[in-house]
Order: sequence, then C-alpha cells, then structure tokens
Amino acid sequence: MCLGVPGKITEIYDNLGIRMAKIDFGGVIREACLEALPEARVGDYTIVHAGFALNLLSEAEAEETLSLLRDIAALDENAESGAQPA
Amino acid sequence: MQFVNEFRDGELVRVVLDQIHRTVTRPWVLMEICGGQTHSIMRYGLDQLLPPEIELVHGPGCPVCVTPLEQIDRALEIASQPDVIFTSFGDMLRVPGSQHDLYTIRARGGKIQVVYAPLDAVRIAQQNPDKQVVFFAIGFETTAPANAMAILQARALGVKNFSVLVSQVRVPPAMHAILSAPGNRVQGFLAAGHVCTIMGYWEYEPIAAQYHIPIVVTGFEPLDLVLGIQRTVEQLERGACEVQNAYSRVVTRDGNRPAQSMIERVFMPVDRNWRGIGMIPQSGWGLRPEYADLDAEQRFDVAHIQTRESELCIAGQVLQGMKKPHDCPAFGTLCTPENPLGAPMVSSEGACAAFYRYGRR
Ligand code: SF4
Repeated sequence: MCLGVPGKITEIYDNLGIRMAKIDFGGVIREACLEALPEARVGDYTIVHAGFALNLLSEAEAEETLSLLRDIAALDENAESGAQPA
Repeated sequence: MQFVNEFRDGELVRVVLDQIHRTVTRPWVLMEICGGQTHSIMRYGLDQLLPPEIELVHGPGCPVCVTPLEQIDRALEIASQPDVIFTSFGDMLRVPGSQHDLYTIRARGGKIQVVYAPLDAVRIAQQNPDKQVVFFAIGFETTAPANAMAILQARALGVKNFSVLVSQVRVPPAMHAILSAPGNRVQGFLAAGHVCTIMGYWEYEPIAAQYHIPIVVTGFEPLDLVLGIQRTVEQLERGACEVQNAYSRVVTRDGNRPAQSMIERVFMPVDRNWRGIGMIPQSGWGLRPEYADLDAEQRFDVAHIQTRESELCIAGQVLQGMKKPHDCPAFGTLCTPENPLGAPMVSSEGACAAFYRYGRR
C-alpha cells in the first residue's frame, strides 16, 4: 500500500465539500483527496496513498540530491580516464 | 522533472553503491521498517549489490501483517452478517483469520467490496441506505489521514449506516519495542519515507539518542534506498547516531500539519496488539469518544472473539528482524502466496511474500 509513485495534479475541484483532484500517473488518471494540501496547484507533483494526497514534491530538493551525485559520477569518470576534474 | 526515472538512474545508483563499498569496514545490521521498501530492495536486487558486511533485516512495516488476529476475526464475523456490506483494502481479503479469510466469507455469500480509497466506502454507504456499511480502517500513519477523512466525511454528511473497524498502528512505539527486545540485532534504521511524509521525523530524534542508533528517512526508488543505506552506514562507521533525511524531495522535519490535525480530530493513542509481536503500549490509534457511534466494534457484538494462530508461523520473529522467512519450516511448502499460513505471505508488503517472489533463500 505504500509504494506511492508521484503524479501530476491536472484538475482541482470540490466534491460534497471535499477538495479533490485529478492526478495523472504517467497517463493513468486517478482521483485523490487534496484536503491536507491547501497550497497545492494544478501542475504540482504529489504522492498519493489510498486515494489521499500525502505531500507535494520539491523540485529544488530533488535537483540538489541529483546534482550532488552527478558531480561525483563525473569526478569518478574523469579519474578513470585519467583526466583532471574540471 | 517527473520524480521517477531520475531516481532509477543506474549510473547514480552505482556511484552510491561504490561509496558504500568504500565506507564499510565491519559487519552492520540495518532494518528497513517499511514492507514496501523490502519489496523494492528485492525487486531491484539491491540486497545482492551490497558489500557482504551489510545485512538488511525486514521490519514490521506491513499493515496487513501486523493487524491483530482478533481484529481479522471480528472482520470475518461482521462481514458474515446478512445486512452488511464489508469494505476493505484488497490486501486484507486473503489474510488468514483463526478459521478462514474474507474470500471464504465472500464465497459463502457475504457482501465484501474492495475499495481503493476510504472515501469510496462512505459513498457505498450513501448508495445503500438499507445496508450497514463497515470499513476496515487499517494501516500505519500513512493511511491514517485517508481513514480519518472518511470518518469526518461520514459525520459531516450524517451517514448513519457507516461504521469503521479500526486497527491503526504507529511506527515509533514499534521501534522502541524492537530496540529494547533482548534479542535485538538492529544497529541502524531506514525510516519509512511515506510515514514521515505525514508525521515528519522529529519523533525519531529521541529514539536515536536513547538507543544511540542512526535513523535515516528513506524513499522507495533504487537511488533513494542506496542513499538511505549509505547515510546509515556512514554514520555507523563514525559512531554517529543522527536522524537524517535522505528523502528530502518529499519529507520535511515537521511533516504534513493539516493531515496530522485531521488524525488528531478523529483518533487518540491507544495500546494495540500487533499480530505475532504482541501488545505494544500506545502503539495504535483508536476512535475518540466523540466518534464512538461510528465504531463497528460497538455497533456489532464482536467482543467475545476467541483466536487461534497457526502453530507453525514464525511471523512475529520475522517482523522483528530476528528470523528470515526461509528460517520458517513452512516457508514455500505449507505456506505459499496461494495458500498463506501467515499474513506476511499474503501482502504485497510482507517479507515472506517478497522472499518467495524474488527467490531469496
Ligand atoms: S513463511 Fe508463512 S508460516 Fe512462515 S513466517 Fe512467513 S507467513 Fe508465517
């Protein structure tokens, strides 16, 4: 039940007083409750579990994690080919 | 950025694995708490790419596995009643009770409906005013806000024929139970990323300090998992016991406050039995007295339940990281996913099912 993958919010609407959203998971559209994410906007990415949006994803944080590792990967490659790191 | 393929990048996974191989000098035992992570680790074969010094043991974070037998038996009894529609997450249908499972009840004519979202159960109640609709509200902190939402909505709409059978559990008390058990081997934790999405990770700081154990919030993609392992091992090697966040694109220290306040409105801490493990103080959430009228345990007379667990199943030791599934005499012979003796062989998050499916012996 916890293998939630991120989806993109494509539509936000009200259903019987509850803030709901349509979420696009790589082409598969599902409905989720957006009550815990008052700041969510169309275009944001979220993790959904049991039809409930848990949190928004931070692109800045994701980039930081990735760029750190990409730098190390580049260093390793340079070391292997004998080149000097830039 | 789609937040998926970037975190399955084989080259970056290799970079982190290299770091782990360079860092480790001694044997260490790490526990991934969440069963979803157990499956990810095996699916990508990450356990086989780690240095031999690192042993991963699998934690109790499988909601289906730890839902106590008496609650399963109560579910079976309620679901057998003629005017009831029993709604549940699909995972629960094959979990063995003392006698049989929900599938058996369905085959005998019981009305059991699988729901994906708890709010769907409220909708079913609205559509069937002449039936009693019961929702099996199980899960960890991750599922608690979705379950709380359904209860709040049933109350807001005045849906009288809706009730819930609650079996909510929480991770931090289980970590205390594991770490203070006499046979404990766990030296570092990968904390469950999606539990922390809701709750944050401030609750783990006193645990890390008390037991001098590193705890790293970890996600579910291969890169997340190796990063979580790397940051735990790095701490172990230098004798540190910090709480770190290796899933920062989703998790913050405070967690999701609006979701937490939904949980608090509906639930309060209670002692709860964990299947195979036993009672863990204050490890569950139960309905607040204001919502007692929505409690299926009170609406249906199911207090007298007598339980009987399989004598062969060692799920309790598996869920506490003391034994591996293949140490169980029934593993793969008497107990298979088609014919499970214990809950960890049923669920998509159970360690026994993961070992069986991915051929680990
Ligand atoms: S293999 Fe089956 S019987 Fe053995 S511990 Fe796992 S679930 Fe229980």
